[in-house]
Amino acid sequence: MAKKKNDGYLSAKESRRISRENRKITNAYEKARKRKNVPESEYLTTMHDPNNAVEFDNLHSYFFTDTGVVRAVDGVSFNVPIGKTVGVVGESGCGKSVTSLSLMQLLQRPQGQTVEGEIRLNIGGNKAYDVTKAPNSVMQKLRGNYVSMIFQEPMTALNPVFRIGEQIEEVLKLHDDDHRTEEQFKARTIELLEMVGIANSEGVYRMYPHELSGGMRQRVVIAMALACNPRIIIADEPTTALDVTIQAQILDLLRQLKNKTNSSIMFITHDLGVIAEMADYVVVMYAGRVVEKGTAEDIFYHPAHPYTIGLMNSKPVVGKKVDELYSIPGKVPNPINMPKYCYFRDRCEMCVEQCSGEYPKEIQISDTHFVSCYRFDGKEAK
Amino acid sequence: MSNTNQNDLRENQAIPTVDGEDYLLEVKNLVKYFPIKGGFFGRTVGQVKAVDGVSFHIKRGTTMGLVGESGCGKSTIGRTILRLHDKTSGQVLFNGQDIFSLSSSELRKLRPKLQIIFQDPYSSLSPRLPVGEIIGEAVREHNIVPAAEFDDYITDIMKQCGLQEFHKDRYPHEFSGGQRQRICIARALALKPEFILCDEPVSALDVSIQAQIINLLRELQKNFGLTYLFISHDLSVVEHISDTVGVMYLGNMVEFAETEKIFDHPLHPYTQALFSAIPVPDPNYKMDRIVLEGSIPSPANPPAGCKFHTRCSKCMEVCKYAVPNWKEVEPGHFCACHLYNDAQEQAEAEQAIPAQAPAADGKKA
Repeated sequence: MAKKKNDGYLSAKESRRISRENRKITNAYEKARKRKNVPESEYLTTMHDPNNAVEFDNLHSYFFTDTGVVRAVDGVSFNVPIGKTVGVVGESGCGKSVTSLSLMQLLQRPQGQTVEGEIRLNIGGNKAYDVTKAPNSVMQKLRGNYVSMIFQEPMTALNPVFRIGEQIEEVLKLHDDDHRTEEQFKARTIELLEMVGIANSEGVYRMYPHELSGGMRQRVVIAMALACNPRIIIADEPTTALDVTIQAQILDLLRQLKNKTNSSIMFITHDLGVIAEMADYVVVMYAGRVVEKGTAEDIFYHPAHPYTIGLMNSKPVVGKKVDELYSIPGKVPNPINMPKYCYFRDRCEMCVEQCSGEYPKEIQISDTHFVSCYRFDGKEAK
Repeated sequence: MSNTNQNDLRENQAIPTVDGEDYLLEVKNLVKYFPIKGGFFGRTVGQVKAVDGVSFHIKRGTTMGLVGESGCGKSTIGRTILRLHDKTSGQVLFNGQDIFSLSSSELRKLRPKLQIIFQDPYSSLSPRLPVGEIIGEAVREHNIVPAAEFDDYITDIMKQCGLQEFHKDRYPHEFSGGQRQRICIARALALKPEFILCDEPVSALDVSIQAQIINLLRELQKNFGLTYLFISHDLSVVEHISDTVGVMYLGNMVEFAETEKIFDHPLHPYTQALFSAIPVPDPNYKMDRIVLEGSIPSPANPPAGCKFHTRCSKCMEVCKYAVPNWKEVEPGHFCACHLYNDAQEQAEAEQAIPAQAPAADGKKA
């Protein structure tokens, strides 16, 4: 590889060479994906634990860009148990959203590809599909019926030129197996709107998105996601764009709906307060890897990874007076050309000698608590 | 309730002030309505009451936090103070000088003293100017330093804000969100301001970057004796950075006090609900949450009486008809709510209840 003059700058020639190489790789992936009549046996697997709704196993999702390969998700493994909420925390660019998009198979193709690993989706009856190998026609049935997603920006997630009712009905019609009539569709849509706490459901049915407030729009997006009773709901920062009082309403709503339908929620956010309130299990991500995972109690009462500790200290907490907020020094490394050693080493204040070595393995420090840090090397729980 | 009566009540608002204190900024009964144009000839068919009679003071060298839901008029207040919008009525005194009485040339001289940091560091920096020019443009224009010292001055300001000298020739797109916000801060700081309006400066940033920017703002305040008006909807950030806090609802200030007082025992039911909704990073924390039903009413057509009565859990009969007085409930703790009326005020307020309505029985209806 030609020597770089300056970090982050590439010559046009080199950029062309990279994009040519990338095209070769992505074309191979796309070809495999576009095959017709893929036998079910190719993507049929079994869950390692039948109590899980989803198992992420060593997932690698890369983006082949013209400046190099971005390892957005680089070996992520965690489980989402049935009926539980798993919170995924991390800063922007750490791969939270790419992990969830990999599960939906909605990565920006052809640049974005899942290159390695399995995502096992429990579809009941002791069957499971590996969504990374499932063809598009199968994915279309899984999306909405088994997995669905609540997006961050309720304004951009809704189409401004269609009425609310039409947009929700579209979901129902696409996944309609019972051949329902127009009236039945409308009845179901209004039922959904009422379920998410919209009082004037007949009126809202005929409204356009701009006529609703942010909280109401988010309710509509939630209604859309729940239209086909999915088993897993991915909530990608559903309350970040909302006020605290509206956030409280939406969180309450999500919790109620989860209990009603016994579905699992994968809750993505960077707000630790929201995570503490919602999640049973917490996964902390940094630069495309899981650095720590465990139950909410493990993470909040015994944070082990220096990044988790730093993250907790840098958020001001009401009622706790500090003179100066702790701030994690430095910034996230460039996603192209990640170092070989622990990605957090350059920002870490608790380094030990081994930190310059290979990326640390996942160490189990209690029944439920895992951490990737050399400080716990040799302190594994049996 | 007639309209004149509402205006009377507003003029009687007590202003949170202690004589002899050094106030940098005084806002008195500030009102800002935006006209709604409609009809064939674009006539004014209504008014959005964005700010509807707000008074507060900021002491020199301190920070006031302004919190409230989106659409309650926080940003409009900030922009009206800087005279980026014209007022409808009221007064804004900066160093004892009424900002709205100034001519345009006088105002221009005052501009460097009043600066603003915007919410979104991505859209508030010109993509076509190098960083040195973004920071230095206004410095040159206002002759803050002699031309010979210009370069050193810009370098110095950039270092204060945690930027390197070689960043001068780079363009905004080469920077991350946190660094862009540093550029915005440097741009404001370069004009040697006395007052900086921070309009949600950390909302668009990640948690760990937020902490860096908040620490930077506090450090600069210590070094330069700056005064901030800190607008945010993140209550934990406001609690951390502010000396006093004002809570707004639908164009009105509903509560104002020192930070410790207001977070210790909020008086107004809206403040109580707002504070109870703050998520706490502790999984076993039992939340005693007051969930507000519904959403904020339209400021073009606010409810009569107390504007909060439609969502209030402690709503009484008088709340629906009489506007509550803005008064000092405890020393230094101001609140506008009928719950804290004395006997005389209660009697006055009850007169506003129309005869056909059922009489209010005591405190709670």
